[in-house]
Amino acid sequence: MLASVFKLLCSLRLTVVLLVLGIAVVFFGTLAQTSDGLYIAQARYFRSWFSTWTPHSGPSWVIVPLPGGYLLGTLLLANLLAAHIKRFQFTWNKVGIHLTHIGIITLLLGQLLTDMMARESRMSFAEGQARTYSEDFHTFELAFTADVPDQPGFQDAVVIPESKLKTGSEIRQAQLPFTVKIREYIPNSDPSFRAPMMTNHPAQASEGIAQRFRFQSTPVNNKMDSKNIPSVVLELMDKSGKSLGTWVATGWIGDESMSQVAALGLAKSMVGGSGERPEEMRRVREMARQFLGILVVPQTVRVDGRELALTLRPTRYYEPYSIRLLKTTHEVYQGTKTPKDFRSRVKLEHPGGVGDREVEIFMNSPLRYSGLAFFQFQMGEDQFAAVPRGTSVLQVVKNPSWLTPYVGCIVVGIGMTWQFLYHLSKFHKKRTPSTNLP
Amino acid sequence: MKQRIPWILLVVFAAWALSTARPPREETFRISAFSQLPIVFNGRIQPFDSLARNSLLELREKQSINLEPWKNWNEKPRTLSASEWLLTVFTKPEETDSWPAFRIDHPDLVSQLKLPLKDKAQQSDGKHYSWNQIAAGENFKTIEQQANQIQESKSDASLRNPYEQALLRLHSGMILYFRLKNTLRPQDAQNWTAELDRLQKTIPAGVAAARAQQRGEPYDTNALTAVLEPVQKIEVMNRLQPPLVIPPGKDSHVTSEWTRVGDALMEHVRGLPLTDTVLTYAKIADSYREGRAEDFNAAVQRQQASLAAGGHTRELNKGSKEQLFNRMAPFYTSMVIYVTAFLLACGFWFTFAEWSRRSAAYLIVLALAIHTVGLIFRMWLEGRPPVTNLYSSAIFIGWGAVILGLVLERFWRNAIGLVVGSSLGFATLVIAHNLALSGDTMIMLQAVLDTNFWLATHVVIVTLGYASTFVAGFLAIIYILRGFFTKGLTEIEGKSLARMVYGIVCFATLFSFIGTVLGGIWADQSWGRFWGWDPKENGALIIVLWNALILHARWGGLVKERGLMNLAIGGNIVTSWSWFGVNMLGIGLHSYGFMSGAFRWLAAFVVSQLVLIAIGSLPNRFWASSRNHRGNGGGGGVEPKLSTLTPASKKTPSAAAA
Repeated sequence: MLASVFKLLCSLRLTVVLLVLGIAVVFFGTLAQTSDGLYIAQARYFRSWFSTWTPHSGPSWVIVPLPGGYLLGTLLLANLLAAHIKRFQFTWNKVGIHLTHIGIITLLLGQLLTDMMARESRMSFAEGQARTYSEDFHTFELAFTADVPDQPGFQDAVVIPESKLKTGSEIRQAQLPFTVKIREYIPNSDPSFRAPMMTNHPAQASEGIAQRFRFQSTPVNNKMDSKNIPSVVLELMDKSGKSLGTWVATGWIGDESMSQVAALGLAKSMVGGSGERPEEMRRVREMARQFLGILVVPQTVRVDGRELALTLRPTRYYEPYSIRLLKTTHEVYQGTKTPKDFRSRVKLEHPGGVGDREVEIFMNSPLRYSGLAFFQFQMGEDQFAAVPRGTSVLQVVKNPSWLTPYVGCIVVGIGMTWQFLYHLSKFHKKRTPSTNLP
Repeated sequence: MKQRIPWILLVVFAAWALSTARPPREETFRISAFSQLPIVFNGRIQPFDSLARNSLLELREKQSINLEPWKNWNEKPRTLSASEWLLTVFTKPEETDSWPAFRIDHPDLVSQLKLPLKDKAQQSDGKHYSWNQIAAGENFKTIEQQANQIQESKSDASLRNPYEQALLRLHSGMILYFRLKNTLRPQDAQNWTAELDRLQKTIPAGVAAARAQQRGEPYDTNALTAVLEPVQKIEVMNRLQPPLVIPPGKDSHVTSEWTRVGDALMEHVRGLPLTDTVLTYAKIADSYREGRAEDFNAAVQRQQASLAAGGHTRELNKGSKEQLFNRMAPFYTSMVIYVTAFLLACGFWFTFAEWSRRSAAYLIVLALAIHTVGLIFRMWLEGRPPVTNLYSSAIFIGWGAVILGLVLERFWRNAIGLVVGSSLGFATLVIAHNLALSGDTMIMLQAVLDTNFWLATHVVIVTLGYASTFVAGFLAIIYILRGFFTKGLTEIEGKSLARMVYGIVCFATLFSFIGTVLGGIWADQSWGRFWGWDPKENGALIIVLWNALILHARWGGLVKERGLMNLAIGGNIVTSWSWFGVNMLGIGLHSYGFMSGAFRWLAAFVVSQLVLIAIGSLPNRFWASSRNHRGNGGGGGVEPKLSTLTPASKKTPSAAAA
């Protein structure tokens, strides 16, 4: 029994079957991206053990069962290893094949490691600003923060990940002087202004911005370039069980750039029109500035003489140094809007000032530092600054196994070229000059 | 005599190819000299000639204009070259407004705009319409409104249906036409030189009046209106963002970038002297408008001299070279020669005459030479590696495939390599020709793609992977067609085809793998993500997996000669999916756009390949060649062995049967 399993694992038939299934998974995983979006499709088809595919539009009884990427990867790996264990022998005509397979094993393992360990986040700032953290693109966290009395610029923070925020749940943490009761968790929300005398909707909460704004639920979006902005209605209860009030914490004011987007969006919807004529643009900007003024007022709760601010912000990853954006360059081709050059000049700043340096980050030229890589991602302009200044978003990637594909590629390249040349030379020697007429 | 035929054909076609480089004879207006002048449009330096051709491609999918499209070709309809059309648009827009320069294919759009259907009496072919017809009555407003609506409600282009796509295309064509009309002069100018003269004279008084008005002092109303009116016209001109015709330098108010006529005029109103270029182009425009050929030629020459004196010899040179390239159309020439060679090579199989094979070989070498010259010329014009977009990928795939075909022919001398090379060369150039119908093919690259290193490595290698997979697939098609329909497929030929396919598949695996991984490394350099499961990446991965599948199935003895051929034809499907199919995902799957023209061609191609595979799977008794080619396709497989990692040719069907 064991022997026959091993025999099956070694067989070329299994390789062929796995390759066929691999093609099918990649094909259907690609098709699914049109309806599910890249992020979901990737999780469902490639980062899974099993999956099924149904056409987005068309008969719903069509169900294609598929193995997931993990299953296929594991089996391919097992197949490769087993075949080599069973038949490994060193001969010159097989060196290329061995190298190719070793390289493919490296690639497969590297992707597995990347999958487990890589983390992507964004760092966004305007010229002159410095950041010590990057923000996750997909997940949020509920943070309670308080200034540290003697250390300006430092904060104490208690964070609760978004995954724990479920409607009806109660969260107790030793460091928090109250219980957090989640009244409602809204996975994706849209802001609107509660104009006095104009709206009949009751306020979502008793304190803070809920008096002026509503964050109503909207369908969860899977598209690659738009993200879901959650909001949560919560009630805080002190130790004795007395309610301290209710608040809306929302991703829409989770950080500076989000608040600006929210303010601009609100202003645009109030002004109406295409918002592209100069007159309209001025009004939008003016109104957005007013909205922003209200949105950025921190929402706070006072307990035991301490003031805590509460925010629902993108999950933060802190680093022991900060990066300051010095200058942005955004060039386009003459007479067009096609970008020609995006670049950010940044300065690495360390607490003691040791190792500080300036770096230029631009397309295809990232900064690699302390296990992270910083890539130029987006560029814009701070619409709210008194003096116009550029903004920049860097993609921050932590991937300890980033070198494995390079190694794998080189090994496979050498292996395949070896094999190819080996056969070519043999073919050349053996070929009898053919004058055959059909 | 028969020995000479190849040489005669070679000389005839070479002479024809060379003749395309000859400049046209011009007795009065030297339009070709004008059309060499460099300008900036779409962010790149190009001659007026390219602007003219690409504009006409956008408007009517042709590089020239037919003024009487309702006439049959034998009735000799009047046609104009692109440059002549552009010059007329620049200088006599009231005339070109009635020329049928806009092509509308969608019947609903034709009826929405109340345009005449095909009707010779009304001088309409039901497809091409003039500005006057399109913008008549409420039409202009309707188009504008609907276009804005579509752009706002369906910002995702994939959601637009064919009608909406047609409308947006017309809308952008109309904007382009507006831009062109306002390039050298405001579109409603009569005698532009005289108007400029008048403007120059009224400016000092007008500016003084405007200043006085700002200060709240009494001012000369007439002087102010005299200058305000033209200023408004100039502002309209600028808002349209026409091409940039004024070079940077001492003659311009900007030292580093090209500018527009309107910019220069506004700077003049603000107090700077008027640049010479504006005046020269005014002379060019007026003399052409009024039919004064000598003045026109002199003004064009003056502009050339001024560019040379201003240190723009490089741009002048590029302008004249690009015009030459446009006129020669090397890819069109080689397309014609490939198809001729293809017929000759096929003829070899029916007549057994060596002269026809040799002729085909010579012609393919000639076509490849022209193809190569075109490729290098393009690279030089762009300053880039060969492949920068879908259009150039088609040209490069063809080029690679033809070389592979010639290499195969060098070894086997049985016309198979010639047929494969010439048919793929022809087919890919036809695809390129159709891709070019949407406009400029040398458009500038976005910042992230702006890296010659990765374009030269990843893109070139992965494209060669495509080319070789297609070559293997076409070899297999020859096997199936000759085997099924003719008795021509002998056992020897079958074996040699199998060896060719096997060798090419190895080559394809190597190139598609290396190319795909290099793409991953490029992605890691730009985003920090080696593999992102992006549709194009996935497409390339499928090609790699497919080629690996063919090799492993062959090594494992799971397929023999016939199965190898069927799998290789499957490679055609996989490659066409990766090359075009994934690009259509954006426009397809949730919309009617799914059935757009290109998709239909892709679907037809896939179906044809499936039919070939079906034929390839038929039992031997249905095959015409089965009499001289036995022991194939039947049962009795060989035990799979990993140790059989040697070329397929070692294990021939007859050996297996023995």
